[in-house]
Amino acid sequence: MSGTRSTQSAIWTVALLVAMLMPWLFYNYHTGRHSGFVVSMLSQMGMMSILALSYNMLLGQAGLFSFCHATFFGVGGYATIHFLNMAGDGGLPVPMELIPILSGLSGLGLAIVFGYMATKQRATAFAMITLGIGELMTTAALSFHHFFGGEGGVNANRMIGHSLFGLKYASAVQVYYLILAWVVLATLAMFFLTQTPLGRMANATRDNFERAQFMGYDPRMVRFLQFALSGFFAGIGGGLYAITYEIVTFDALAAPLSANALLMAYIGGSAVFGGPLLGAVLITLLQSGVSLLSNSWLVYVGVLFITMVMFAPNGIMGLVLAHRPVARAGLMGQLALPYLRVILPGLLMVLGFVGLVELTSFLTIGAAQGRTLVLFGNRIDVHALLPWLISAVLLFGGGFWFRVEARAFHRVWERLMAEVAPARALA
Amino acid sequence: MTDLALRLTDVSKAFGLTRIISGVNLDVAKGERHAIIGPNGAGKTTLFNLISGRFLVSSGEIRLNGERIDGLPPHKINRMGLSRSFQITSIYPKLSVFENLRCALLWSMGYYYSFWTPLWIQRGLNERTDKILEDLNLTARRHTAAGLLPYADQRALEIGMTIAGGASVILLDEPTAGMSNTETDNAMELIRRVSKGKTLLMVEHDMKVVFDLADVITVLVYGRVIASGPPHEVRANAAVQEAYLGALVAA
Amino acid sequence: MEIVLVSLLNGLVYGMLLFMLASGLTLIFSMMGVLNFAHASIYMIGAYLAFTVSRLIGFFPALIVAPILCGLLGAAIEVWGLRRVHSNGHIAELLFTFGLVFIIQRSVQMIWGMLPMAYRVPPSLEFSLFTFYGEHFPAYRGFMLLVSAGMLLALWLLLKKTRVGMVIRAALTHPQMASALGHNVPMVFTIVFAGGCMLAGLAGVIGGNYQTTEPGMADAMGPIVFVVVVFGGLGSLLGCFIASILMGMIQTFAVVINYSMLDLLKPLGVTLSDSNLFTEIMMMPVARIGALLPFVMMIVILLFRPRGLLGTRDT
Repeated sequence: MSGTRSTQSAIWTVALLVAMLMPWLFYNYHTGRHSGFVVSMLSQMGMMSILALSYNMLLGQAGLFSFCHATFFGVGGYATIHFLNMAGDGGLPVPMELIPILSGLSGLGLAIVFGYMATKQRATAFAMITLGIGELMTTAALSFHHFFGGEGGVNANRMIGHSLFGLKYASAVQVYYLILAWVVLATLAMFFLTQTPLGRMANATRDNFERAQFMGYDPRMVRFLQFALSGFFAGIGGGLYAITYEIVTFDALAAPLSANALLMAYIGGSAVFGGPLLGAVLITLLQSGVSLLSNSWLVYVGVLFITMVMFAPNGIMGLVLAHRPVARAGLMGQLALPYLRVILPGLLMVLGFVGLVELTSFLTIGAAQGRTLVLFGNRIDVHALLPWLISAVLLFGGGFWFRVEARAFHRVWERLMAEVAPARALA
Repeated sequence: MTDLALRLTDVSKAFGLTRIISGVNLDVAKGERHAIIGPNGAGKTTLFNLISGRFLVSSGEIRLNGERIDGLPPHKINRMGLSRSFQITSIYPKLSVFENLRCALLWSMGYYYSFWTPLWIQRGLNERTDKILEDLNLTARRHTAAGLLPYADQRALEIGMTIAGGASVILLDEPTAGMSNTETDNAMELIRRVSKGKTLLMVEHDMKVVFDLADVITVLVYGRVIASGPPHEVRANAAVQEAYLGALVAA
Repeated sequence: MEIVLVSLLNGLVYGMLLFMLASGLTLIFSMMGVLNFAHASIYMIGAYLAFTVSRLIGFFPALIVAPILCGLLGAAIEVWGLRRVHSNGHIAELLFTFGLVFIIQRSVQMIWGMLPMAYRVPPSLEFSLFTFYGEHFPAYRGFMLLVSAGMLLALWLLLKKTRVGMVIRAALTHPQMASALGHNVPMVFTIVFAGGCMLAGLAGVIGGNYQTTEPGMADAMGPIVFVVVVFGGLGSLLGCFIASILMGMIQTFAVVINYSMLDLLKPLGVTLSDSNLFTEIMMMPVARIGALLPFVMMIVILLFRPRGLLGTRDT
């Protein structure tokens, strides 16, 4: 028991240290400037982490499938823009560091109203109500000028001149550290919540709605409170967004962002507390990195997502933690060779798939944009047959080979699992 | 009147046009061990569902310790002192055994919907949970995910979760279903222990369990009570024998 | 008056189009419990396929070929994808179809490009059916009505008069019972899913040149179709029909109403002086926020009557 706890704490501490030091790894000592791209990406990761973690309060912890989570993020953002403007005008004596609390309260307020409505129903009806709410709010944000600013959104200047530490927040790096501080606070708070009666009963309600009733709890109340609190944290994320970009438009509360939250929480792993954070980091990385190289990153994310839904519903963290009993029994070495044998054809398959996707993409979209496909410095003619053939062979040949190896791997895995003791609960 | 833990007056339940329960009258005294038996489809689980608030009665009254509970939502009925177990094991599969039991204690120990109390430092709560774990002989499985327990242990956990909250009236729906003889004996021992001083209402098919444990037996056939009384009376009742054995007895 | 009649007709056309889309989704949802997020995406594929096929062999053959292709695609999705996920529960199925949306969206963009397609009404149908208060009623809209009515009839005949239809109807309202009675429910599922996709594809063929054929069309139609399905209720095609026409009418009429809520209250002597969000909402003409109405209706009905208009089960 203490072994896992200290390993976990160690991992989190290392992660925090890395997050704090990252901007300096990409520091250009000649110009004396941090890499703008890296700092921007890190800030995005921070905001998205809060979004994904708060979303998982619903998805992973309470079993609630919400489509309007971005609404609270966005409203937190919109409200913060107004707070910033008020603070800048001298009408709001709140230091910058504490503004996110106000953002959170805005998200909380709205989540109480919407949560009351949505949690009246269960399962699919709940999901549909949230879908309606999300669409409603997006249309409202586009249509109304007061508070939302219509299509153009609202903007503010974040140099409000109030700060607990006398900082100006002119530079992106300062903003990043503000974000990081709030990510730490929010993460700790959300983790703390999981260890409270409400947090536990949220899990219980997720696992067995009826049983919770027969323990004296009104499951609806549990869900309502969980929904409201998740809106609080989403609001904080939105506030940080507003501070960073100084402009908020309807994108900050629209369906694609809610979808993003779902993707990040699910792919990272909704069954473990830290999973969504991992998912947020990964997806942001993919988004920033892959989208530089390819137009089709959405296809890759979609395929990754579907693959996980089909074969790894507990996400990446789930996959990693599934190895725990094997690792504890010291049998990890037995998996080394099977993994190698599976990874190789897997890689070929992925290469083939990427090849086909990129070729197709360049055939239509790329051509219209006047770009040509360059791979390892070689220009590839998308109209020639050879690249298509190679990609197809890689995909299908690799695929067949992969299936054979995957079956063998599965056998080894089952055998190992049978040898070790039953797993401890993840929660 | 208030000596009765549970009183059903003329309770009926129909789903659409199909009557499942017709005019059932049932009295369960405080501290009594009361078993409900009957052939399959007699409506025993439906009766439980009516008492525990899962279904609404079509007509009639149900009183718990003198107060009406029909029409109330299950969580309110539970707070008034009635708890039930389920025929199909109903636990929290992804939580550990310890967590399952701890959740059962939360409301009765006054934690309610608190989201500011850290559970890991609540000594009283955690100690009580460990005590119940011991009573159930599940201490070794403290950290196991409940969904991974062997069947008999899950049933034991189910019973544990039912009584943990300190309810005075306990409904057990086929607690020994699917158990082997040894497992049944262990379960009976457990039930005897945990129901001391409480009122027990039990649906059972295993006659050995019924006749060993019960003070009073009620026989339900096609949604009607055809006999109710101490075991030896019920055993000798001709209508009961016919219901169970059919024409064979008449022959 | 003319506006009312014109809007009535247009609302009917749009409503029937919605019904074509929503009926497939209702069938799938009622029977399999799966809310197929990718349904509107199949609609989009239907439109794009119709565009390409009609370029090759003409519009009317495309009317048959494109839906069939969509049906085959649906069958493939169900057999190789959805069925595998079925054991993981409803949420997993939902997520699966959710992921499909991204993939289909991008694939369409990759294969056909990001610009709208010049999917035009076939010249043979490009005349005016009749003039109506000085407005032309395009023959194509009449054609749309014809096809959707024909499809409705075919669906009704299939469900009421054939054995397969009977099994489907049974499985619509009582899926477990149908399975318990020995019907090959997985096979029925595949047929229903493929059938639903076929309907969506057909809707795409027709709707594609009524609206614009472009990569955003799935996102435009998707949410509305959900509203219709939820509003109409689970297990009831009639409810779906009523809801479709209702929504079609509401959306069409809303666009022409230039009154706002404040205008409604003006006769009562209510005036608003301040300029804030509340007054903005009250002064907004219905035409601008017409898009909101279906969602408000969906939320309201889910709160107070979760089984929809004529549903047999709760959502």
